[in-house]
Amino acid sequence: MRVNFTVNGRQQEADDVWEGESLLYVLRERLGLPGSKNACEQGECGSCTVRLDGVPVCSCLVAAGQVEGRDVVTVEGLADFAKQRDEHGHGGACGTGGGCGSKGGVSLDAAKQWRAKPGDSQTGEGAPLSNIQQAFIDAGAVQCGFCTPGLLVQADALLEENSSPSDQDIREALSGNLCRCTGYEKILDAVRLAAARQSEAV
Amino acid sequence: MAQNTRTVPAGTPTNVTQKHTKGGIGESTLRPDGTLKVTGEFAYSSDMWHEDMLWGQTLRSTVAHAEIASIDISEALAMPGVYSVLTYDDLPAEMKNYGLEIQDTPVLANGRVRHHGEPVALVAADHPETARRAAAKIKIDYRELPVVTDEASALAEGAPLIHEGRDDHHSGHVPHPNIVHRQPIIRGNVEEARKRADVIVEGEYTFGMQDQAFLGPESGLAVPSEDGGVDLYVATQWLHSDLKQIAPVLGLPEEKVRMTLSGVGGAFGGREDISMQIHACLLALATNKPVKIVYNRFESFFGHVHRHPAKLYYEHGATKDGKLTHMKCKIVLDGGAYASASPAVVGNASSLSVGPYVIEDVDIEAIALYTNNPPCGAMRGFGAVQACFAYEAQMDKLAAKLGMDPVEFRQLNAMEMGTIMPTGQVVDSPAPVAELLRRVKSRPLPPERQWETAGEGADVRALPGGLSNTTHGEGVVRGVGYAVGIKNVGFSEGFDDYSTARVRLEVINGEPVAMVHTAMAEVGQGGVTVHAQIARTELGVTQVTIHPADTQVGSAGSTSASRQTYMTGGAVKNTCEAVREAVLEIGRRKNGSYHPAWATAELLLEGGKVVTDGGEVLADIAEILEGEDAIDLELEFRHRPTVAFDLKTGQGDGHVQYTFAAHRAVVEVDTELGLVKVVELATAQDVGKALNMLSVVGQIQGGTTQGLGVAIMEEIIVDPKTAKVRNPSFTDYLIPTILDTPTIPVDVLELADPNAPYGLRGMGEAPTLSSTPAVLAAIRQATGLELNKTPIRPEALTGTL
Ligand code: FES
Ligand code: FES
Repeated sequence: MRVNFTVNGRQQEADDVWEGESLLYVLRERLGLPGSKNACEQGECGSCTVRLDGVPVCSCLVAAGQVEGRDVVTVEGLADFAKQRDEHGHGGACGTGGGCGSKGGVSLDAAKQWRAKPGDSQTGEGAPLSNIQQAFIDAGAVQCGFCTPGLLVQADALLEENSSPSDQDIREALSGNLCRCTGYEKILDAVRLAAARQSEAV
Repeated sequence: MAQNTRTVPAGTPTNVTQKHTKGGIGESTLRPDGTLKVTGEFAYSSDMWHEDMLWGQTLRSTVAHAEIASIDISEALAMPGVYSVLTYDDLPAEMKNYGLEIQDTPVLANGRVRHHGEPVALVAADHPETARRAAAKIKIDYRELPVVTDEASALAEGAPLIHEGRDDHHSGHVPHPNIVHRQPIIRGNVEEARKRADVIVEGEYTFGMQDQAFLGPESGLAVPSEDGGVDLYVATQWLHSDLKQIAPVLGLPEEKVRMTLSGVGGAFGGREDISMQIHACLLALATNKPVKIVYNRFESFFGHVHRHPAKLYYEHGATKDGKLTHMKCKIVLDGGAYASASPAVVGNASSLSVGPYVIEDVDIEAIALYTNNPPCGAMRGFGAVQACFAYEAQMDKLAAKLGMDPVEFRQLNAMEMGTIMPTGQVVDSPAPVAELLRRVKSRPLPPERQWETAGEGADVRALPGGLSNTTHGEGVVRGVGYAVGIKNVGFSEGFDDYSTARVRLEVINGEPVAMVHTAMAEVGQGGVTVHAQIARTELGVTQVTIHPADTQVGSAGSTSASRQTYMTGGAVKNTCEAVREAVLEIGRRKNGSYHPAWATAELLLEGGKVVTDGGEVLADIAEILEGEDAIDLELEFRHRPTVAFDLKTGQGDGHVQYTFAAHRAVVEVDTELGLVKVVELATAQDVGKALNMLSVVGQIQGGTTQGLGVAIMEEIIVDPKTAKVRNPSFTDYLIPTILDTPTIPVDVLELADPNAPYGLRGMGEAPTLSSTPAVLAAIRQATGLELNKTPIRPEALTGTL
């Protein structure tokens, strides 16, 4: 079947989608947006969290056919989504995420060229980051980073709802997102930091 | 040319404005891969993509122990979209097994399966679902065999032998072929020492099977190359060890198998063994197309080894003034069907079984069994975790029996620098065991009943049971428990452990730029961050690029055993020092005549300049390198040699370095529902020197949480009758969520080890040791129950077992 939907503000069309394919699979393998992660594919870890019409969902549990005509935001579009929200009070429009519209995941050539450059994280250069993305870097909340995309989408949604969450609020909101590396303390720090910066900005 | 364009007239001293190069060691610099990871652009192994690629799928055994009477692949092969189906008969080379130390693991089952989930056949198809469906169509006729599941069934008369006719280097000295390896340690005279004991305690402890449960599933992409070889992009802990095991079974020389590390979503020991690497290569070579394999979570539980479950039998004695007299223990580790890292785990469990205490008279034995349970191998803490769980419970028992404070009792017996280990090895660097305990103990306790919110009743989210809204605080009691542990760093027992680093320094756009190339697996631990810091410190440059890890440079060894910052960090440091010497050589040649300091002073590279130890600037690095070829060096680094433990007495300087951590756990237990909430898990650890405090604290908190997990929730449950795994999913194998994890305040000590680079101490594993027994001790204190088994399940607390 063919599925038409909006991803990070851009109209997308996925062809030959088998009816059992998940939204996660279509994003990763058909649209070239591998940012949403495939850690369990059973709705338990939250690594695949995206926003579907604004609501955070596990994209591994959403059948691709269910998103026909709907609006999806992934981690690739998070910075842009947050920027739009800041400017217009709501999200929307295409994210700048890599490979929009191209088929497949990260091409081998792109992957081969990976270099950990010193500038990237120090300055955030090369990528405009949302508040929560920058906070995750600054607080040291990223280790292997596999949980990070899902946590970012979830935490961003939390802060949209609740600009000064208590620790218990943060724990409750992120309780569906597993992280095996960090022990969560620095993730809490990151959300606190993002909340503080957000309140400073207004 | 360059030497004539000096901006500083010769002989004019200038002060260095920037004494230390920014972003060097000791600073909490941020991850260089952080931006990519938060934007979703970082390429993990499961994200790899190649035009025209196929998907590989493994068919795994549904039974634990069986003869394979027949395999019928015809229906699978006939499915549209299927390109290849492979079984044992299709393996191309004479070598058909692999293994870290003992090559006993079949690439595909050869007429017999020895554990539930063993790979039997492979499929490549154009869609992952097609591959899965085709695999399900392969018909296998299993003739089931009796299963061996524990010590009794493994050593019973007439027990089936898991590996008949084994002839590895341990087979000659083990008392039974179902024992992988045995390590006794005898020191002093336990019978004599026991006579001095006023109290004796015994204990029998059971440690459950823990899983690494890294989030990024086993995955990778194999691309056949024109020379008949293969390029493999994969998440692993040790590229060169994989390569050594992969090439022979493919029948290819090592240079035709080129490996590149792709993004790794956590490891914790679970990627030390081969998983899908060989399978993907076989399919790629068979189809002549790129093949990607990605395990789902279910398969991941079968795709890697687990932490050894263990039975531990301990006896300790002490005098009435609180001095330990002797220790006797037997540690039985279940290694499962294949050896993996079991021999080394045995060495660690035995040599660290006494804990960070002074006991002169010991009688120790550790063994690992071959059984039909899932294979077990490396996991964070590696044999020391199981022992720590048991000896710390024993310390509490002894203290209670003597009427002493459990922390004071530990401090009274704590080892220190100069203590002799049961192996005869002298601890020759700081061992601040008593101090670490003092630090966690002296920290103020978190307020009681934090869930009681003013006015609104209880915040149920803070209670045992959390969001499930199970209690409002009735029947909740608090307990506090302590534990401390000792872990070795690096590969022990005479292993030739080394690491290689290549460093290139050149001028790009007028700026000196360093490139660090190693084969170190960055699995999330932050090695890439500290390598850049080391290069900045040693070379005085700000711009450092970390080259992707691959097999085009020498081995870095494994990202395990807390060794990477020590070993590959050490290699980067050494190589940078050699590069620095080369810079100074050129500087002397070009500029030496301008200033006498070139010939005499101790010269440093700082802030992009050559400076004397007095802070005088002699030249810009860029200026020295102008017009020169890039300096490009590759060197190896080795730690001091170790020796194998004597097979009868266990004596020998087997370890490189020791590392220590202590925990205090505060728990609240709902005694009616059997639910536990860990309120706080304070940690103190000596890291020798923190190269990056942000990363150090993150590692300690992460390791602590894995120890918490095994204390109260994590266990792979294997049916004792069938040896089948019952809970291979995140629905049934639980790891701590953010609601289960307490605040983890961390107190870091930096007592330098004079033998280590920068004085550092490998630190990734130690926090995993003591957090489990600390939580257990706290639950015991809260409930008064004995609790000798991990994980603690509600039934154990409510007496409804
Ligand atoms: S991958 Fe969707 S919840 Fe785990
Ligand atoms: S799972 Fe690795 S950083 Fe969270």
